[in-house]
Order: sequence, then structure tokens, then C-alpha cells
Amino acid sequence: MMRHTNVARLAALSLLCLAMLLPARAFAFVKGVETFDLANGMQVVVIPDHRAPVVTHMVWYRVGAADEPTGQAGIAHFLEHLMFKGTRANPNGTFSKYVASVGGEENAFTSSDYTAYYQRVAKEHLADMMRLEADRMENLVLTREVVDPERDVIIEERKSRIDNSPDAQMSEALSAVLWFEHPYGRPVIGWLNEMEQLTLEDAISYYDRYYTPNNAILIVAGDVTTDEVRTLAEQTYGKLARRAEPPARVRPEEPVHRTARMVRLASPLVTQASLVRSYVVPSYTTARKRGVGSDSAALDLFAELAFGGSTSALYQKLVVDEKIAVSLGGYYRGTALDDGEMMIYATPAPGVSLETLEATIDRELAAFLDADIDAATLERVKRSVLASAIYAQDSQQRLARVFGSTLTTGGTVEDVQAWPDHIRAVTAEEVLRAGRKYLDTNRSATGYLVPQAQAPRS
Amino acid sequence: MSLRAVRVGFLVAAVFALVSLAHPRSAAAVEIQRFTTSAGINVWLVEEATVPLITLNFAWHGGAAQDAPGKAGTARFLTYMMDEGAGDMNAKAYQERMEALAMRMSFNAGRDAFYGELRTLVETRDDAFEMLRLAINETRFDADAFARMRDQILTGLRDEENDPDTILARTWSEAVFANHPYGRPVEGTIDSVSAIAADDLRDYKDRTFARENLVIGVVGAIGRETLEPLIDKVFGGLPLEPELARIPDAIIPDASFLRLAELDVPQTVIQFARPGLLRDDPDFIPAYVLNHILGGGSFSSRLYDEVREKRGLAYSVYSYLYPLDHAGLFVGGLATRAERAQEAVDIVRTEIARMADDGVTEEELASAKAFLKGSYALRFDTGDKIAGQLVQIQLEDLGADYIDKRNAMIEAVTMGDLKRAARRLLGDGKVFVVAVGRPTLKTGG
Repeated sequence: MMRHTNVARLAALSLLCLAMLLPARAFAFVKGVETFDLANGMQVVVIPDHRAPVVTHMVWYRVGAADEPTGQAGIAHFLEHLMFKGTRANPNGTFSKYVASVGGEENAFTSSDYTAYYQRVAKEHLADMMRLEADRMENLVLTREVVDPERDVIIEERKSRIDNSPDAQMSEALSAVLWFEHPYGRPVIGWLNEMEQLTLEDAISYYDRYYTPNNAILIVAGDVTTDEVRTLAEQTYGKLARRAEPPARVRPEEPVHRTARMVRLASPLVTQASLVRSYVVPSYTTARKRGVGSDSAALDLFAELAFGGSTSALYQKLVVDEKIAVSLGGYYRGTALDDGEMMIYATPAPGVSLETLEATIDRELAAFLDADIDAATLERVKRSVLASAIYAQDSQQRLARVFGSTLTTGGTVEDVQAWPDHIRAVTAEEVLRAGRKYLDTNRSATGYLVPQAQAPRS
Repeated sequence: MSLRAVRVGFLVAAVFALVSLAHPRSAAAVEIQRFTTSAGINVWLVEEATVPLITLNFAWHGGAAQDAPGKAGTARFLTYMMDEGAGDMNAKAYQERMEALAMRMSFNAGRDAFYGELRTLVETRDDAFEMLRLAINETRFDADAFARMRDQILTGLRDEENDPDTILARTWSEAVFANHPYGRPVEGTIDSVSAIAADDLRDYKDRTFARENLVIGVVGAIGRETLEPLIDKVFGGLPLEPELARIPDAIIPDASFLRLAELDVPQTVIQFARPGLLRDDPDFIPAYVLNHILGGGSFSSRLYDEVREKRGLAYSVYSYLYPLDHAGLFVGGLATRAERAQEAVDIVRTEIARMADDGVTEEELASAKAFLKGSYALRFDTGDKIAGQLVQIQLEDLGADYIDKRNAMIEAVTMGDLKRAARRLLGDGKVFVVAVGRPTLKTGG
């Protein structure tokens, strides 16, 4: 994949495995994380990693596709592409050329809740990255000559990611019916008809409203100290004026859901039937807001125990024992500013209908929620989930993403650091209670992807 | 949404396989200890104790090219069976034990090598290595696990039958490799996988899992004294020599032609190729630099500028060198709307011919060198990546000092070298093109 990856909301799923735990010394990196604010309101997070003389420099904006004006689906992601076009002082891709000239790696990504830009370079180039990134936070220059072909590029990107892929079309349709009112129902990349109408003015107005230091978070991970970062940040980002006061991120609340929804996509491109189901459940942030913060850790473990991998209850029952399904999995997407999702997917065994598969999943979910979870199983799964936190420490880039996605979705540095304790504290009863409370099919949408009898190839 | 079983392949970004490295400082940071165990196994180790983890990467020369005729997909099938039961543990017991140990283990089949990776916390190190020993030496191939994995593979193959990228890869392989073993899909076909029995997996394993064709790279909180007996415990019981089938050199077509697979999708996906260079070719590094300028740079390459930046024809356009053990290739690709596919292909052909005829500018060479030298350090910033590099350098037989020499090799490339490399890599600019979709394309030309 080339530049400008549209990470989409799914990507945040990596967070599940990411906060931290186990023996104290394992948390050296995460313990060393420091945060402070610049005078203009920009938050700074420093994640030390002195193993190699490189740094990951990221700027995260607290704005994403769910903050777009109605009718402009895709503008967040379009602007992300246009941010590479240049400024008065650094026109025509000067920034990218500079990154290339020092052998750096750069990219950007957009989700429903955040937009982020990053470079990975040898540490001596950090100051220049900060200077150039600060420059494009307030001085972006756009012309029709660069905007028009770039609109074609995002349309091609949509075709690559969605229009050529029935799986992705199903995902898109499922979100659209899962959310009645909340903009999480809109695809991050946008709807084609709206993308075609996006203008230079739309992009600039979005930029002027949201791209300001008081709406941004700087994350530097790598071979640096907090003092070094503070000095450089004050010389660069610290000089920026507050360009705007972005509105509070209040998105429409979901009304009461009373219906299990169903989406069916039949396409000649589909050659193997499959099923996917998504439930609206609390995210880490909304659980905390509602005073049920421990529910999210319980949902993390519920997902692992019920359908997270090949040792999970549903995999063992449907794939190994009954052979109703050929494969099955699922996960909890808890990193979101508003509610999260619980996702299950499965492929039926030959001769098994999707209806039978779905009924069996429902039966076994109910059975799982009715039975006890034995202590050894819970400990085993906790151990594996918690170890992800240690494995994550091998990658400064991954850690930077964990902090960035948490901080732009209503969480704090302390929340990341406390995650392991929350996981440890969850009891079997809490796992089951959370499952019973939130896995309500009336708050879900189910998708059937089915072959359409018709030869597409001539 | 992945409908396949969760089985993470790793590495393999090494398709273009050029091992990079080289800021003087980071080269110093990667201090490799090389030793041979008492069982005669060569090990490369980088000690790094900051994080209490150990990453063991290993690979056997062989890969999917060693799949028996008619049984394409054997090596990959075997990767699915490696954690489906070993020793006295069935699949469930084995996987629960892996979970309890919080270890991570994965396997992956490439065209020329069979890769494995073990990651473990220091505190469960010995138990994790024992699990790996069982997987490699006492794989069970229980009938129910075998059937379950076969069904997952077949379902995956069925799922991809009308996937444009899969059809592109298949059509491309057939066009490029014809009847050579490389032309068989690594993942196999529905027919070939259906024909594979557990004995075929055992046979593949017995022929290819040996000591002489094994390379190992370890990174993490472990010293040689502790590591050496663990390596011998895991791999020491394997036969010394593998029984590999001889793979002939492949002849890559040097011609302009077009192969089109029609599929009703809104976007046409395109891959092009022509003969390239083998990894041990003295002109490989100059060719690598040349390709970086043409289509290797993730942005700022000539193809990126002409196809994406100026005209908005594609989201992604690229080219790379693909050196296999028995074939060298130059490969590229893009995806674009049907009605402009011809225009995009014409630009690619024009740019290849222009570089073949006129070469590159001094400035392009200078910035390519700056990028390639500067980016070395980024390939060594996690234990995972370093272990992968240690394995790849050994598979490609680049030598223990490659990491130290590599940037000097890039720096030494001259305009004359590029001219020669352009002649050898791009020839008279002929490329053959494979497309999937509903475009209007001229054949040939």
C-alpha cells in the first residue's frame, strides 16, 4: 500500500491487545511515558525507546469522518491527502521530498474519530519534521491544479478498497444500518456521489475549523528525552497561534434500537457465502461516562473467551465439534469516542445454510452466557491478552498508535497505563454479565454475503 | 473483515528482498554474534535486553517450489498444521498451552523458503522452545485437524475465486512462469489442495526440514550459552541434509504482450513484468537504485509522479525487483478505471522506455542514494524486524558483513553503473502486461 492509508475505524481494534501488563520491568517504556501541554493548548506525549537512533513523530488531530458536515462524506480523508500538497514556505511536496532525502518513511491515516500524520526518521531529523509539520498545520496552500487530480486519486482509492470488494461493500452496508443516527454509519472514505462533489473550498473550510494546535496531539516515540522534545516543540508547534476553537465533539446520540437488522449482498464476485454480525456496545470512553467503566475490560475478555481465536468457546463448538462452520472469529472494538462495536464473523461448512449458521451462533452464545467460566480458562486468556502489552513494546510505532488512538477518543495516558489492572480485575461473573447486558440482537445488524449465480467472467 | 482463520504470515514483505541497513550508527547498534552449535546449526544472534522478549526467526531453503507436481499448496498447507497438535497434545490442548504460555508462533510458505517465527516472554522461554520442538519434530496430523485445516484452505480458495487481485496474481504467474514450479500458486488450487493427503505433508516435511538448509536469526534477552542448547533441542534432531528437488532456472518472457482476464469490476487491476536480475548479480545494487527512481520510491518515483500525482489515474502505482533463487524479475502494477487503463499502461511503457533510452539524472541518483542509505535504520528498529533481516541475509547468502557494507555499495553506484543496469534491466523497454477487469486495451505494443 502506498501513502495515505485510510485506516478506517477497524484499525483501532489493535488497541485491544495493546495496553500493558505483567512483570513490572516489562513496563519500562510505558512507565517512562510523559505528557505535557504547550501554552497554545497542544498536548505532547513522549514515549522513550533508546534501542535504535530513530524516532516516530506523529501529529494526531481530534477530528475524523464522524465530525464531517452532512453531505460531505469523505472530506476528512480528502483533506488528509491534500495536506501533502505544500505551503507557501514549503511548496510542491517539499516536505515529502525532505523526508525521502533522509531516508524517512511517512504516511497519514484517517478514521471516524481521528486523523494522523507521521514520519519515521533518524533522530537528528526530528527538529525538521516538527518544523515542517507545524508549518502545514497553519499554512496549507491548495489550488485547483492539485485538488482536481487528487479527487480522482481518492475515487480510485475507494474503488480499490470498496467497489472491487464485496467484503468491503458488506462492511460498509452493515455500518450504515447498524447506526440509525450516528455518523459512524458513514464510510470514512466517503460515498462516491459525495466524494465527486468535494471542493477545494470544502477542504479549506474543514482545515480552518479543525487544524489548530489546541485540537492536536504531538506524539514522539523513540530515542529522545522529554526535555529534548519540550524544547523542540516550543520552538515549532509552540509558536503557532490558536487558529480556531473547534466545537465540542457532540455527535447525534443513537435512539433506542428495537430491531435486529439484516443486510444481504448477492454478487457474482462472491464465490463463498459468509456471515458477519455487529452489535453496538459501549466503548472504553462511553462505558466510563456512564459509570460502568469496568464493562469495557469485561467486553475485551468476553470477546476473547467467546469467539476470539481457535481456543474460544464458539470456535471449539461450531468449527471443531459440530463442524457447522469452517472458520469463525470476532473482536471487540472498544477504542472510540462514542459507542464501540462487537463483531462476529463466520464461514459455513459446505452444505450449511447461513440461516442455520446464524441460529447456531445465537444458540451457542446463549449457552456460553448461561454456563460458568472456569477459573483456569479465564486466567489463561487473561495471561495471553496481557502479554500483548509486552509484545507491543517491541515497536515504538505501535505504542505511539496506542496512545494516539486512545487520546483522540476521550482517553488519557493513565487510561492506557491502567488497562492491564482493569483486565486483571475482571471476574468471570463480570464477563458473563457484560455479555448478557450488551449482546442484544435488537442492537445488532447481521450481514449475509452470498454468491449470485451468474458467470462474471466471459 | 478477514474470513480466513487467524494465521499471521510474517516476513514476506521481503518479496523484493533487498536487505537494507546502514546508518553508520545503527549498523553499530546491530551487533551480530555468529556461532555454530554442536549439532552443526548456524545461528545469528543479536542480544537486546531492553524488553523481556525473545524473537526466533528461522527458514528452510525449499518453500513452495518443492511442492510435488499436482500437489501445489503443500508447503502452505503444512504451515496450517504446525499448531494443530504435537507430541501428546491434540490441537485444542496444544493451542491452550500456547495461550497459557502467552507465546506467539507462526509459519509461512514462500516460493523458495519455509519460514517460522517464535516469540516468547523470557519467563516462559524454556517451555515455549519445547512447544516449538514438538511442533517441528512431533507434528501430529490428526485426521480431524487435517480435515478442518483442509476445509479452511479450500474455503479460502473458493472465497477468492472471483477476487480481482487473486485472478491477477494467478494469471500473471501463469504468463510469467508457464510450467516452471514457480508457476504453481503457493496457496495451491482447489484441485491440488483436494489432492493433498496427510502423507504428502509428512513427506514434504521429511524432505525439507533439515539442518543444512536451515538459517536462524535470534533477537532478544538471551545470551549464546542459554540459546545454543535450546537451538539444538529444537532443531538438532532433524536430518543433516534435505532431499530437495532440483529447480531449473526459469525463463522469463522478454516481450510485449497483453493478457486480459475479463471480470465485471469497476476498477481494472494491472500488473506488468519483464526479466530482472538475480540477487547475486553484480549489477543487482545498481538495478535496485534504478528501480527506486522508476517506481520503487513510495512517492516521488517517476511512475508515481506521472500516473498518480499529475493525472490522478491510480491510488497505487509501483515497481520492484523480485529476485527468486531461480529467476530474476522486474515487476510493477497499478489499478485504475477501465476507460483510462490504456492511458495508464501507455504511461508505464513510455516511462520504462524513457529510462531505458535516456537513463536518469545526476540529481535523481543523488536523491535515490540519500533515501536508500538513510532508510536503512528503519529496518532495524524492532526485534521482530532485526530477526527477519538476519534470516533474509542468510537466505540470500549476502555474507555476515553485508549490513556493514551495504550502504557503501549504494554510495558507490555511478551514472555509468546505472546506464549499464538500465540496459540489462529494461532492455529495449518491452514489458508484458496482465490485466483483470473490463478495460479496452490494445494487445501488444
